[in-house]
Amino acid sequence: MTQAYQDTQQAGATIDVRYVANLARLNLTDAEVATFQAQLSQIVAYVNEIRALDVEGVEPTAHAAPVRNVFRDDVVVPGLEREQAIANAPEHSADLFKVPTIVE
Amino acid sequence: MGKYRTTIGLEVHVQLKTHSKMFCGCGTDFGAPPNTHVCPVCLGYPGALPVMNRDAIRLTVISGLMLGCRINSYSKFDRKNYFYPDMPKNYQITQYDLPLCLGGSVEIEVGGRVRTIGITRIHLEEDVAKNLHYATWSGIDFNRAGVPLMEIVSEPDLESPEEASAYLLALRQILTYAGVSDCNLEEGNMRCDANCSLRPADRVELGTKVEIKNINTVKGVQGALEYEEIRQAEALDGGRTIVQETRRWDADLGITSSMRTKEDAHDYRYFPEPDLMPVALPAEQVAAWKAALPELPQARRERFVAQYGLPEYDARVLAAERAVADYFEAALRLIPGSPKAVSNWVMTDVLRVLSERTIDIGRFPIPADALAELIGLAEKRVINSNTARDVFALMLDEGGRAGDIVKTRGLAQVSDTAAIEKVVEQAIAENAKSAEDFRQGKAAALKFLVGQVMRLSKGKANPQMATEMLVARLGKG
Repeated sequence: MTQAYQDTQQAGATIDVRYVANLARLNLTDAEVATFQAQLSQIVAYVNEIRALDVEGVEPTAHAAPVRNVFRDDVVVPGLEREQAIANAPEHSADLFKVPTIVE
Repeated sequence: MGKYRTTIGLEVHVQLKTHSKMFCGCGTDFGAPPNTHVCPVCLGYPGALPVMNRDAIRLTVISGLMLGCRINSYSKFDRKNYFYPDMPKNYQITQYDLPLCLGGSVEIEVGGRVRTIGITRIHLEEDVAKNLHYATWSGIDFNRAGVPLMEIVSEPDLESPEEASAYLLALRQILTYAGVSDCNLEEGNMRCDANCSLRPADRVELGTKVEIKNINTVKGVQGALEYEEIRQAEALDGGRTIVQETRRWDADLGITSSMRTKEDAHDYRYFPEPDLMPVALPAEQVAAWKAALPELPQARRERFVAQYGLPEYDARVLAAERAVADYFEAALRLIPGSPKAVSNWVMTDVLRVLSERTIDIGRFPIPADALAELIGLAEKRVINSNTARDVFALMLDEGGRAGDIVKTRGLAQVSDTAAIEKVVEQAIAENAKSAEDFRQGKAAALKFLVGQVMRLSKGKANPQMATEMLVARLGKG
């Protein structure tokens, strides 16, 4: 299972709201941090409640719907014209989406 | 080295040979003008929904089967979350805890030592867009975004840069045999990240590992790892600790340098992709794919020796590339009695032209059946071997069939006794001195006289017959 999921499994784990917000590129005020801290704690508490259930013999699943193998055939279909594709970009050159210089 | 032991693991990304992308119907052909194979899905528009390409799943499973992996009967896709301009929806669809293939191995040979390199897993993901860098801005081309990309993760079983490059070559050979990818490094079909650590020779636990990103050539992998070995050894010698970090290989300077990524950049917060349903492969389906697998390179080599009686060396050269092996067998099918002759022609003449023109066999101008016809004429002594090489050169530059060329140019070898006799007499008459030399026991004179016969016959005389007749005429030398 994922790290985030495992973290919430630890009873009483507190979420570092500033850290999580930074991962999501969110700039929060102190007041917002306090609000989300309370809300996220409630969510973790709820998840912990589910942990109390007896799930012995229940297969873990990532999806609730019993649907598998939704595929398409390997066929090329027309997409967007380039002019259409780049029209919505805040900035573009003749053929590229323009972004600020990428520093690796 | 001696003082330190090197441990290397490779993550190899391989673009699959599908017509359309992983999750949308945009084309995958390389070299199209920027942003012409794009749609709301691969541009990451909000609300656009991905649908899996059936063939990408099949090709990944076939790769796994070729490498001896176990195929997961239940597999799913996950989101890997990060912010980067090449992935505008801010997550890459990949596989986290339930990849399509687990386990497996690749055999390599370095310096006569055969080793089995373990494969941890193979998962399927979407490729990202291509960034282009200019003086004051960067540009993004989304043609590559969403192309099915298979990631093959090796165990840290490799012990030297040479082994790493041998592993890459072996992997490429198997995957091109499987027909799952072109593995063309110039077109970025195959890219590699390397993990490398050093530890003192007397220690068991591994040292701190350094990741080298996005190395695009086999030579680059070896170069980057050789550089890292030296850099890390010098650091350890100087009592410094190795920092766990990501480094970039600069092929021009021949060095790796730190990418100074933020520590938390690796917190990808994977979670199941809610827009894609899991993949459950029926055992019968996997069994059917397994039954139809192409021969592995090693099996084909062994068969070439056993079935055609070819020397080990020939078998290795011919089977190195599937397309060359196919070409060889297609030609041989038409003249099944001459495996060694076909092998010689393919190994020397065909492969020489391929390397001179730096083309692959797919672009070789002489089809296998046309080469077979030429070899057949030489084997039946309709033309002699020099003429055969001339006809080969003509076919190479002008096309056409060997039989027609021989007929229209009157190149057929003359094996008519009377006709050769006439030329032999002429040669002796015109070169009385050499004829006398040969009678006196000078063996080299015979070679000269045969050459004269060939010249006078414009290369068409059967050289064996000419030699025999000269000896008969002049008495044993």
